[in-house]
Amino acid sequence: MVKFTFVVNDEMGLHARPAGALVKEAAKCTSKVTIRKGDKTGDAKRIFNVMGLSIKAQEEVEIIVEGEKEAEEATALQTFIKENI
Amino acid sequence: MNKVYGKSILKGIAIGNILFYQKGEQSVKRVKIEDIQAEIQRYEEAKEKAVEQLNALYQKALKEVGEMNAAVFEVHTMMVNDGDYIDSITNIIETQQVNAEYAVATTGDNFAKMFSEMDDDYFKARAADVKDISERIVNILCGREYGDGIGEEPVIVVADDLAPSETVQMDKDKLLAFVTRHGSSNSHTAILARTMNIPALIGVDIREEWDGKLAAVDGYDGVLYVDPDEDILKKMKLRKEEDERTRSLLQDLKGKEDVTLDGRKIKLYANIGGVKDVASVLANDAAGIGLFRSEFLYLETDDYPSEESQFQAYKTVAENMAGRKVIVRTLDIGADKQIGYFDLEREDNPAMGYRAIRICLDRVEIFKTQLRALLRASVFGNIAIMYPMIISVDEVRRIKEIMDLVKKELEVDGISYGDVEQGIMIETPAAVMISDQLAQEVDFFSIGTNDLTQYTLAIDRQNMKLDNIYDSHHPAVLRMIQMTIENGHKHGCWVGICGELGADMTLTQKFIEMGIDELSVSPSYVLPVRKRIREIRANSMTVE
Repeated sequence: MVKFTFVVNDEMGLHARPAGALVKEAAKCTSKVTIRKGDKTGDAKRIFNVMGLSIKAQEEVEIIVEGEKEAEEATALQTFIKENI
Repeated sequence: MNKVYGKSILKGIAIGNILFYQKGEQSVKRVKIEDIQAEIQRYEEAKEKAVEQLNALYQKALKEVGEMNAAVFEVHTMMVNDGDYIDSITNIIETQQVNAEYAVATTGDNFAKMFSEMDDDYFKARAADVKDISERIVNILCGREYGDGIGEEPVIVVADDLAPSETVQMDKDKLLAFVTRHGSSNSHTAILARTMNIPALIGVDIREEWDGKLAAVDGYDGVLYVDPDEDILKKMKLRKEEDERTRSLLQDLKGKEDVTLDGRKIKLYANIGGVKDVASVLANDAAGIGLFRSEFLYLETDDYPSEESQFQAYKTVAENMAGRKVIVRTLDIGADKQIGYFDLEREDNPAMGYRAIRICLDRVEIFKTQLRALLRASVFGNIAIMYPMIISVDEVRRIKEIMDLVKKELEVDGISYGDVEQGIMIETPAAVMISDQLAQEVDFFSIGTNDLTQYTLAIDRQNMKLDNIYDSHHPAVLRMIQMTIENGHKHGCWVGICGELGADMTLTQKFIEMGIDELSVSPSYVLPVRKRIREIRANSMTVE
């Protein structure tokens, strides 16, 4: 299991567009990708799970990657998030 | 005549007939079915067709309203393909042995409810997206076309609410305005209306009986007139013609150079107060950003903004301006702009008090964080840094020492940064008087005429009683400007104006004669000032 956190900088929070971008990227992973905000978690490959967390600006979010390729996929996701979200 | 009020999304006038927009029959019957597998098959085929339609809409939106706005349809596709959404639908079909239409509509309602119960306005508004995709699938299942009912004549579309897919599908040439009962300024429809540049009113108490009636939308005052009387109609028509004249005149100026009749080129930039304003800078075709007020970063948060969040904001602006100059003014608070967590003491005379660069040179860590974020962002575009409220050469030297320190720290951390021009605001008489010395220290001057007027004339700009003698055309102010330009040029500094006077078109000629290199104005003034620049000669008169 590999985890990392990030803070949503967009002033509208993790709104439809970035949420969609994240889901699209997570869907490329063979690992199970979970998104967590506080005590709520969701499947990062499912748009309603991600948007259902109602992640607002400056909130901290954790991504948990579990699977055979977890290390490389977590790194790829982290890079993608840094550059796009 | 009916006169109703709403919240205006875009300033403008529209006159035309109302089309009362109704969605297809939405009531979905619950029907028991025999063959569960066949029903799931039916649903899956409809789902595939919905995805095809959404892809086509995405392509259409991409061409008409750009990638940012088109992305909503990509998200809609994801929603249609979402595992939980699909599971819920197939589950209802299987366990309740009901028709696919009912299963989709019920699931849509449930998921929409999840959004409408959220505590954030933006996420609340997403319930409309869920309903929209569910309606799309239901319509396909029922074999209904997703038509808009718009004929040959352009119309004012009046509706309870409009889904993004509905607005994008409508033929843009046939749309005069949107009027809706629901919707928020955050809704995609509002965003699209702004992008498409058509008037829109929301929160209007609409009535179905208006269908087909003549109406006028006044986007300036947020009023809808149904069956307007002669007087109103005449007034609206005049206003509209005036609008169109100015607009077409100004639109013609897009892409044109900011150059006088005798060939003097002026840098015509725009002032912004946040990342959001970049869109209007680009829409108004400014050649750069002459004043990016960085205060908003500090005003919008409850604590000091992190280096990372500042970096992101500067980077976004720099990237969007694609190589055009972005001049960021470092933190300018104090005086009339207060921020709680800075814990500033109350002052009797804040305009002359602890503010702007005085705070930054005292609380150096705050200043260093901002400079570090700016330097990091400079790799992504053409960033310049400007310091406010300068009164001495010593201040500028101290700033440069801090700047060198920040650069060294970045080098140690292995973080790259670009070349940034550094300049100062000229807004105190002291800075004007020593502008020859200051010019030797920096790359450019930008004259802040609001403060310069207040300090030169010793008139508090907050005091309403003194409004009648607050004269920014005062010869003392104009001489200050002239002196600044002359001293700047003598020592290789370019000189601009970023205060309100920059957009004062009665002075454009004078400023250009004085030799001004740059004018930075609110985005909406860019094209009018461009028009003015292009009508005058730089050397038509001798300066007093």
